[in-house]
Amino acid sequence: MLKVEGIDVYYGDLQVLWEVSFEVRENEIVVLVGANGAGKSTTLKTISGLLRPRKGAIEFDGLRLDQTPADRIIGCGVVHVPEARRLFVEMSVEENLIMGSLSSAAKARRQERLNWVYGLFPRLRERHSQPAGTLSGGEQQMCAIGRGLMALPKILMFDEPSLGLAPILVQNVFDIIKRINKEGVTILLVEQNVRQTLSFCDRAYVLENGRVVLQGAGRELMTNSYVKEAYLGL
Amino acid sequence: MDVFWQTLVAGILKGGLYALIGIGMTLIMGVMGIINLAQGQLMMVSMYITYVLFSALRIDPYLSLAIAMPALFLLGVLIQKYFLNPLLKVDTILPHNQVLMTVGIGMVLTEVIRFIFKSDYRSVSTTYSNKTFFLGHISFSVALTVAFGIAVMFTLGMFLFLMKTDLGRSIRATAQDKEAATLMGVNTGRITVITFGLGSALAACAGTLLAPVFYIFPDIGGPFTSKAFVITILGGLGSTVGAIFGGLTLGIAESVGSTYLGMDYENIIGMIIFVGVLVFLPSGFKRLTKV
Repeated sequence: MLKVEGIDVYYGDLQVLWEVSFEVRENEIVVLVGANGAGKSTTLKTISGLLRPRKGAIEFDGLRLDQTPADRIIGCGVVHVPEARRLFVEMSVEENLIMGSLSSAAKARRQERLNWVYGLFPRLRERHSQPAGTLSGGEQQMCAIGRGLMALPKILMFDEPSLGLAPILVQNVFDIIKRINKEGVTILLVEQNVRQTLSFCDRAYVLENGRVVLQGAGRELMTNSYVKEAYLGL
Repeated sequence: MDVFWQTLVAGILKGGLYALIGIGMTLIMGVMGIINLAQGQLMMVSMYITYVLFSALRIDPYLSLAIAMPALFLLGVLIQKYFLNPLLKVDTILPHNQVLMTVGIGMVLTEVIRFIFKSDYRSVSTTYSNKTFFLGHISFSVALTVAFGIAVMFTLGMFLFLMKTDLGRSIRATAQDKEAATLMGVNTGRITVITFGLGSALAACAGTLLAPVFYIFPDIGGPFTSKAFVITILGGLGSTVGAIFGGLTLGIAESVGSTYLGMDYENIIGMIIFVGVLVFLPSGFKRLTKV
């Protein structure tokens, strides 16, 4: 479904990704794990067109995303829930959700999707007229996920959804991601929280210093001696 | 007491038009993060358009809104697309070279108009230019009252557009977080172009409405640019509601200043308020209105 093939990405003259390749198949949950600065967020930003690879290709259902304008990518069903949520803080919760449904296909089903998202996150319905900036961290994450869901995603990409949340909320977020996946949405997840994500994903890639160093099924990686030592502290 | 109410009314009427110019500038400020220092000059261009339409074709200024506003929208679109956006791609030592560009554009507009029309004072003297009517003991200038009404209409329209349409929301979203807006499918380059067009059209609206009551000359733009700047700061950068309050405040302050201190103080009192706000309420009225 989504194929990233040997991309090199730079910030100015500074290279941050080297030959990164991976693949996400339909209905999978795939995780990119790695330490801070390994290039995880950069990878997602490149997929959603905010950054361009100097080498390599990104293909989604036969479409070259690396050659598609950034503002058209969401309309292809590739939806990015960015790091630190990036809500429009002065707009109301409902307006934030509406901003997720600008494409004509999503706009046609706006009301129906809005009700569905409110069903998924009753908290958002209660606070629909409140400025998004006044929500708690957990509620903001729900709002960001809801905004992504409004766009009729085929693949939903999460950048550190657990960042800054209390442990109980982290579990909550992962449950929601699982549930979204069961509804037929493919998931690409970027996380530092290695233990929790490996046990729950189908497949995982380990990024280190901008390179993919390991890949495999989530449970397999959990028993890998390198992962154990470097990431799980065992 | 009559003098006071009279002063207040004059200030509010003028303030409504100032607000219109201020909203244009604050919109551009919000989306592009730059102060458009050609705002008053754009207004001046629309005054000349109104003047030409009136003197050559006898078109009433209120009707020429329908020509001046689209014309300035187009001019704004061209300026943003061909002069300001290309600067984003250039690496320079000065981070705000777009602001410098607007200063240059303002000068070019002024000199082009001077070249065509000379520096002479012109006026659009309609039958209602000097007419007044009375409510109680207070006189209302017909031209300014109508202008105020139209300004309120356009301000409300702009507000509804920003709050209730997808395009309006996209403009606000771009102002708040450009990258997140891009992720939501907003073509932010296009939004900057539309915003500059809208800001220019609002300046055009104010210019055309003020044409029957002001003398028109090429350098009239400069003072209005600084008024718009003051309003934008008063309102809190990028805040539309703030700009309305900012415009009214400046209008009333100028009016009070010229009545009670003398005509010479009209501009000084505006500046005193400006400095006062910067010192005591640095984020402007936005702190109070929250929008």
